[in-house]
Amino acid sequence: MFKIVVLLKQTFDTEEKIHIVNGAVNEEGAKFIINPYDEYALEEALRIKEQHDAEIIVISVGPERSTHALRSALAVGADQAILIADHTNLSHSSSIAHLLAATIRPMKVDLILAGLFAVDSGSGSVALQVAELLQLPHASAAIKIQLGHAKELHIEESPWDGNLARIERDVEGDTETVLLPLPALITAQQGLNDPRYPSLPGIMKAKKKPLTELFSSDLLLSDALERIAASATSCDQVLSPNARPPGQFITGTAQEQASSLLEQLLERSIIQKGGDS
Amino acid sequence: MSDHIVIVAERKGTTLRRVTLEAITAAITLLHGQSGTIHAFLSGSDNDNSLISSANELLQYGVHEVHIAKHAHFEPYQATVVLPALTDVIRELQPKYVVIGHTSHGRELAPRLAAALHSGYIADVTTIESSADKASFVRPIYAGKAFERRHFQGVAPYVLSIRPNNNAPAILVEPVEITNPDEHIHQVNCEGIQLSSIVQHVVKRINEEIDLTEAEIIVAGGRGVRGPEGFAILKQLADELGGAVGASRAACDAGYCDYALQIGQTGKVVTPKLYIACGISGAIQHLAGMSQSRTIVAINKDREAPIFSIADYGIVGDLFEVVPLLTTQLREIRQ
Ligand SMILES: Cc1cc2nc3c(=O)[nH]c(=O)nc-3n(C[C@H](O)[C@H](O)[C@H](O)COP(=O)(O)OP(=O)(O)OC[C@H]3O[C@@H](n4cnc5c(N)ncnc54)[C@H](O)[C@@H]3O)c2cc1C
Repeated sequence: MFKIVVLLKQTFDTEEKIHIVNGAVNEEGAKFIINPYDEYALEEALRIKEQHDAEIIVISVGPERSTHALRSALAVGADQAILIADHTNLSHSSSIAHLLAATIRPMKVDLILAGLFAVDSGSGSVALQVAELLQLPHASAAIKIQLGHAKELHIEESPWDGNLARIERDVEGDTETVLLPLPALITAQQGLNDPRYPSLPGIMKAKKKPLTELFSSDLLLSDALERIAASATSCDQVLSPNARPPGQFITGTAQEQASSLLEQLLERSIIQKGGDS
Repeated sequence: MSDHIVIVAERKGTTLRRVTLEAITAAITLLHGQSGTIHAFLSGSDNDNSLISSANELLQYGVHEVHIAKHAHFEPYQATVVLPALTDVIRELQPKYVVIGHTSHGRELAPRLAAALHSGYIADVTTIESSADKASFVRPIYAGKAFERRHFQGVAPYVLSIRPNNNAPAILVEPVEITNPDEHIHQVNCEGIQLSSIVQHVVKRINEEIDLTEAEIIVAGGRGVRGPEGFAILKQLADELGGAVGASRAACDAGYCDYALQIGQTGKVVTPKLYIACGISGAIQHLAGMSQSRTIVAINKDREAPIFSIADYGIVGDLFEVVPLLTTQLREIRQ
C-alpha cells in the first residue's frame, strides 16, 4: 500500500477578473477552485489508489475557506485532509514549504504529488522547496506516472531497491523519461489525466472523513523560524498590468489588409526587410 | 560595497541560451554601476569539450569569472544532480544574488537551491528595479492579470529567476579586456556526485530550431486553423519571419498540433516582439500566456472575438486567405 500526500492549494477561479484595491487583490465575491494543476495531482493519486491500493492525504496551507477545496478532495476519494491554518504568511513560499515539510516529515510517505505551479502566485516553488527540505528526489511536469518494483516496470537494472517511479515529463516540448526511487515528490503537468468530478454519494461520504486542522505555531521549531526569517521576501504592491494602447482594425480586401499590416510592421521596425527579423 | 552576483548559465546543445545573456544584463542592472564581480556557473558533461569555449564566450559578454562543473551525470540536465555542485560554489562565493533563467531547467533548480541555502526566492521576474540601496522585482501573478512588486527581506544570497525575453541580452564587450581567459575559468570539484534520478531517454516532440519561450516572432493558431494542414500555412509564414509556431489549447486538444506548442496559462508563457494570433478567440487562459507580447496582431473571422481587445492590429478576415498573402507579400518585399 502506498501512502500518498497531495499538496493542494485553493486559488481564484481562472475565469475571475482581478480587482486591485489599495495595492492588493480584492477577494470579495471571488469564486475559488482547487488549483487546476493540483487537481491533476489529486486525480493521479486516485488512479494510483485504484491500481495499487493507497492511502491519500491531502494537505493545504491556507485560510479557512480552503476547507472547501479539501472537502472536494475528500469527496472524489481522498482519505483524509489536513488544513494548516496560517493567515499571516501566505505569500511567503519558504514559510509554506516549512509548514508542509514539518507536517509530512513524521508521516513516512511513499509519494508526494503536487501541481506544477499555483495559477495565482505562479512561482512553482513551494513543492520543490518541500522536496529539498525533506531531502527527496523529484521529477516535475509529469505527463505520465508509473509506480512499482524494477521487475514490474520491466527494468532490467536499477541502482535502487524497492519501489520506483517512472515518469514521463514535459521539458520545453520534449518528453523525458525519468526513473527515480521512492519516496519522491512529483509535480503534475496538464495532460497527465482528466480530473473527475465529485459524485453525490462521494460528497455524503466526505462528511464523515477526517479533516484535521493544524496550527503553524505547533509545527515550527525555532530553527525553522530562523530559516524562514532568513528567506523572507515580501510583497510591496500589487499592480495592474500596463494598459495596452488601443489597437486598430486594418480594413480593405484581404490583399490590402495584408500589405497594409506588413507596411506598418516594417515602418515600426517590428519586422525587417532583409533576412530574419 | 562590492557585491558578487552569480548567474547560472544554460546551454542548448553547445550554444549559450539567450536567457543566459539576459541574466548577465540582469546582473549588470543589480550591480548598478558599482564595482562587483559577475560569476557564471556552467555545468555539463563535456563530451564534446565545448564547456571551455562556452566559458570564453561568457567572459566576452561581461562575465568576470566562470565556474565549470563537469560530470558525466550533468547531461541531460537534472536539477537534483547538479544542485550540490552549485550550492558549493554559492556557499564559497557568498554572492548577493543568484540569477537563474525561468526555464524548464531553472524553474527546478532555483527553488531547491533557495531551500538548500535557506535563501529567499523570487520567481519569474519580468522587471528589475535597482538603485544603490534597494532592489525590487516585478513579476506577474494571476497569470498576468496583475503584477506584484517584491523585495528580499532576509539574508543574502538571494535567488531570483528571470522570465526569458524581458531583459535585453548582454552585448559583447571588447574582447581585448580579457588578457588571460584561463585565469578567469575555474573547475568545480564534482567528486562524489550521486544520481537521485536517471534520465532513461528523451523524445524530441518538436523539431523546431527556435524555442517558443525565446522566439522573437510567433505565429500562433487556434481552433480556427481547422487541422494540421492549416498549421502548415502558419509554419510557412513563421519560417518567412524567422519565427516559431505556437497554438491555443483548443488546437492542441483537437490534435492539430503537439501540446508542446501550447501557449497560455497551462502552456508556455511567451513574450515575443511580435505575436500573430490566427483563428484564436482570445480566452483568458490563452491571454495569460501571450498578453505581454510587445506587438499583437489578431486575424479572426469574428469581429467580436475578445482577442481584438488586446491586439495592436486587428484583421477581420479568413486566416486561410490572409496568412498565405502575408507570406507571399513578405517574400516579394524581401527579394
Ligand atoms: C484551467 C484551464 C486552463 C486552460 N489553459 C489554456 C492554455 O494554456 N492555453 C489556451 O489557449 N487555452 C487554455 N484553456 C482553454 C481556453 O479556455 C479556450 O478554450 C481556448 O483558448 C480556445 O482556443 P481557440 O481560441 O483556439 O478556440 P475557439 O475559442 O474555438 O476559437 C476559435 C476562433 O477561430 C476563429 N475562426 C474560425 N475559423 C476561422 C478562419 N477561417 N479564419 C479566421 N478565424 C477563424 C473563430 O472566430 C474563433 O474566434 C484553458 C482552460 C481552462 C479551463
